[in-house]
Amino acid sequence: MKIKENTGYKVFLVVNTIIMILISVATLYPFLYLVAQSFSSEKAIIEGHVGLIPKGFNLKTYFYVLSKGDFLKFYKNTIIYTAVGTVLSLTFSSMLAYPLSKPELKGMKILTPLVIFTMYFGGGMIPNYVLVVRLGLKNTMAAFILPMMISTYYVLLMKSFFAGTPKDLEEAGELDGLSKFGVFLRVVLPLSKPIMATMTLFYAVMYWNNWYQAFLYLRKEKWPVAYYLQTIIRGQGANDQDAQQVATNIKSCAMVLTVLPIICVYPFIQKYYVQGMMLGGVKE
Amino acid sequence: MSSNLGSPRKSNWQPKKKRSMQNWQLYAMLVVPIIYYIVFRYLPMFGNIIAFRRYRAGGNLFGSGAFGLKYFKSFIKDASFWRAFKNTLILNVTYLAFRFPLTLIFALLINEIRNLHWKKFVQTVSYLPHFISMVIVCGMIKELVATNGPLNAIVHMFGGESIQFLAVAKYFVPIFTISGVWQSIGWGTILYLAAMANINPSLYEAAAVDGAGHFQRVWHITLPSILPTITTLLILDIGGLVGSGGSFEKVFLLYNPMIYSSADIISTYVYRMGIGSGNYSYATAVGLFEGLINLVLLTIANLTSKKLTDSSLF
Repeated sequence: MKIKENTGYKVFLVVNTIIMILISVATLYPFLYLVAQSFSSEKAIIEGHVGLIPKGFNLKTYFYVLSKGDFLKFYKNTIIYTAVGTVLSLTFSSMLAYPLSKPELKGMKILTPLVIFTMYFGGGMIPNYVLVVRLGLKNTMAAFILPMMISTYYVLLMKSFFAGTPKDLEEAGELDGLSKFGVFLRVVLPLSKPIMATMTLFYAVMYWNNWYQAFLYLRKEKWPVAYYLQTIIRGQGANDQDAQQVATNIKSCAMVLTVLPIICVYPFIQKYYVQGMMLGGVKE
Repeated sequence: MSSNLGSPRKSNWQPKKKRSMQNWQLYAMLVVPIIYYIVFRYLPMFGNIIAFRRYRAGGNLFGSGAFGLKYFKSFIKDASFWRAFKNTLILNVTYLAFRFPLTLIFALLINEIRNLHWKKFVQTVSYLPHFISMVIVCGMIKELVATNGPLNAIVHMFGGESIQFLAVAKYFVPIFTISGVWQSIGWGTILYLAAMANINPSLYEAAAVDGAGHFQRVWHITLPSILPTITTLLILDIGGLVGSGGSFEKVFLLYNPMIYSSADIISTYVYRMGIGSGNYSYATAVGLFEGLINLVLLTIANLTSKKLTDSSLF
């Protein structure tokens, strides 16, 4: 049945469209401003002439950032950390989530609350820091990856998804001679593409964006690009010794290049992660 | 013949036995994750013990010397701690007061979009800030409020003098709140939109037949249907009001000594006292205090949510 709408509603629809346009513009504005700055001359930026359209348009900044060694070196570090971290995270999160998704398995009734509890109470900043230092992980890739390798929240999302796998398919796999692990690998995982795509995005974004572990534990040659950005954004006169002075257009250019891969990927997985978030029911 | 009779029974029985024996593979999958949780989740949890005894850099993970409440007694008397406590509350309450209703309204408005492509576009755009590194978010904030940036351009337009927004204490909470809404409003709609998509369309049709106008239908059908989601989210948000862990990155990246009076929150205070100045035990005591209050508040919030709406986290 088609519901008839009155004129008041039609006016509302127009107003709503305008509101949505305004919100979209407001959301995109800081990004567009950044892009405009990255193509502008430093002089125009300092004088405050740059709006959404670049002034003193040039590509020199991009050539400079991409040819000068530092940025690319840090970018490469980020790519390595993201790749290694995401693979480890996906492997061990799914290996935890799958047994947890079987409440009939002995021991899971004890293990599940022990895992969930860590979401609500933990070591806090200092004990975590002390642990990483005392394990001798300072200035290693492990110090960057391990503290966040398994996210309990993501494990619970995966667990809910795995729990929805039809039991008869798993049993059919076993009758075909697959082992329990074989069923997980050949039956359950191929049916779990939506959640695995979501988790790949979430974990990859987490590593790509992380600066905090680098700030605490890593020396300059191992920095990921996010922390390098922080040091140039902070500039001189800030209270951390890594800070360095860099022109605004170079900062903007480096930020644009760092955000770009995420912007290129996340819209295409939208259908999956919206579904994935719903699995969690309620959180955040 | 007898073997014919016996074999199906046997083949029925054997996989079952094989199956239960094969459970060891499921347990084997758990080995690395369990070790991980012991080392990186439970060890630091017990590491909180250094709130009660002295930890020296490079010393025993669980500290050394006599146990006592001396670090708790000293931070309770510290005005900087109470300033951070107050700032945390003000920041969280202000942020929640704006973020929560705006997210709900935004979700209701998205739900009214008729063109599906346009709807998807708005959603995609609104999710974008959620995926951006806090470093870049704060970098953008700094550019926007810079003396030669767009916000000061507006100030100039009205004849004002340039303002160094991040150097004035009273601007910190507004900057944090506005940028926070910008970051979270889109992502926050996902659960509401999911709940709205689950509403039975025949409810709307029936109401329309009864002569209810569009806004009446939103008021009498949409809102009541998503009320459990609203209540649960709100209760859990309220349960987290004393927590400052989630705001650490952003505050740490934006604040500076000039605006500590409004910007220093518990987690940044813990960082400065502990990792910054090496008073590990003192900082751990502050962090543990916050963690325990959080745990209690979340538990109360969760029980309330369970009672009122039948949905809960744990």
